Amino acid sequence: MELNDLYRDVILDHNRRPRNFGGLEPADASVEGFNPMCGDRLTVRLKLEDDRISDIRFEGQGCAISTASASLMTEAVKGRTRVEALQLFDRVHELLTDDAAPPADELGKLAALSGVREYPARVKCASLCWHTLASALRSTEPHSLPAVSTE
Amino acid sequence: MSNIAVADRNLTFDVNAVRRQFPVLARLIRGRPLAYLDNGASAQRPAAVIEAVDDYERHHHANIHRGVHTLSQEATALYESSRDRLVEFINARSRHEVIFVRGTTEAINLVAQSYARPILKPGDEILITHLEHHANIVPWQMVCEQTGAKLVVAPIDSSGDVHVEAVVSLMSPRTRLLACAHVSNALGTVLPIRRLIAAAKARGIVTLIDGAQAVSHLHVDVQELDCDFYAFSSHKMYGPTGVGILYGRERLLECMPPWQGGGEMILAVTFAKTTYNSLPNKFEAGTPNISGGIGLGAAVDFLLGMDRDAAHAHETALLEHATKALGKIPGLRIVGTAKEKASLVSFTVDGVHPHDLGTILDEDGVAVRTGHHCAMPVMDFFKLPATARASFAFYNTFEEIDRLAAGVERARKLFV
Ligand SMILES: Cc1ncc(COP(=O)(O)O)c(C=O)c1O
Repeated sequence: MELNDLYRDVILDHNRRPRNFGGLEPADASVEGFNPMCGDRLTVRLKLEDDRISDIRFEGQGCAISTASASLMTEAVKGRTRVEALQLFDRVHELLTDDAAPPADELGKLAALSGVREYPARVKCASLCWHTLASALRSTEPHSLPAVSTE
Repeated sequence: MSNIAVADRNLTFDVNAVRRQFPVLARLIRGRPLAYLDNGASAQRPAAVIEAVDDYERHHHANIHRGVHTLSQEATALYESSRDRLVEFINARSRHEVIFVRGTTEAINLVAQSYARPILKPGDEILITHLEHHANIVPWQMVCEQTGAKLVVAPIDSSGDVHVEAVVSLMSPRTRLLACAHVSNALGTVLPIRRLIAAAKARGIVTLIDGAQAVSHLHVDVQELDCDFYAFSSHKMYGPTGVGILYGRERLLECMPPWQGGGEMILAVTFAKTTYNSLPNKFEAGTPNISGGIGLGAAVDFLLGMDRDAAHAHETALLEHATKALGKIPGLRIVGTAKEKASLVSFTVDGVHPHDLGTILDEDGVAVRTGHHCAMPVMDFFKLPATARASFAFYNTFEEIDRLAAGVERARKLFV
């Protein structure tokens, strides 16, 4: 059944036990993301050290796809520079929307999100946390970052 | 007991015969028969409506009210005969009181801008309830901003009921208008509108009823209700999208300025002065949705041609069955348990987000709505980000509800 492709074990696990869930004080950036269509709401908070994400946590309410995606994201970007994190967002975005996207090996666990592609109505659920992260990163020294490539 | 009574009543209602009149109900979704339980968002169309629109498009299309040629006369006759049927459908006093609009949303905006805006003074009040659809909130907020009037919101209780005394206690000498739903789209509550209207009338308060969710389920007689305005959408009563009706009491409509200017709504135009057309055309500027209006007329014929009491009894039985079947599921909470409900069930399931539930049910061909149902204040009241909602029409079956319940169980198992 295709549903198993959407709700893979990794997704179910991260939904049940989201990693890096909760508040973060003090944070260098904190942004709330909102998906008006389904009411999903999440806040991403992060700390930077020498342009690297040294800590990141999220909290909020959302569906399994949105919660798991945020949880996987926090694991994936911790330790990356701001630019690297935004580049990863581009790759995830491709994974979620582009059927011709190259094999997702380098994405690691994030590849578990590829099932979302078959459910266009759910792409926004998976990308909400990334959009929120991107605006959090851009709120810190926006001039030193390249222009937005993902809408 | 009641099961037998329900079965008896169903003898007069052949759901399979009704289903055969709705072509889309034969569809398969991923190999499973469609179970369409999203009628509150938009109902499906019977073949009679599809054919009426098709016949018009193929044989009779021309612009209306403005040609002496045959097609224009035919199109005008078809469109205006739809209006006649709508007059009958809601028992308006005359054709002057039935205005074609784009839908409920436009009808309410028309009243807000053309009736309310010119009369409202700073400090005046518009009274609504806590369970309204955004379409019956935002137009009033806009007119309040424009005039300095105040929006007053009457409470609901934890079952989603509206109490007449609670609304009446908020009626003040400054209340100019009471605007409320006949049936809540998010909770299913049937509001006590007769008593609300009577109380408003006794205080000289004008009333608007948002009937979007009501006309498909209940008999609506605007004279008996005695409301001043009644708004509804074609697509929720088995007609096409893009058309709807504003009923207005003629005495009020007469005094209201037009809200859009253009063709059709005028008698004579010079650059010095324009004379407006009479009712209902005064409020129908521009070329309307002609095919939609004709399709809506066919939908009215369809509804008037069926045994509506039997259809209603069947919908009530569906509601009872769904309430029972869903109520058995551990962790499922029904949101909206008013004493009188239309046939819809809003619910949440512990550990399963409505959005995931919607996707999982769709995999089985079961279509439900998930989200805030354009009623965010209702969601805030129940402290929920969203619910799933199954809303039934007379063509739904007990078996479809059982499939819904089975799908919910499957989702629960996936997420525990
Ligand atoms: C109670 C209620 N009011 C108003 C509306 C708006 O109707 P429309 O979108 O057809 O204008 C709806 C539709 O969802 C509704 O359920």
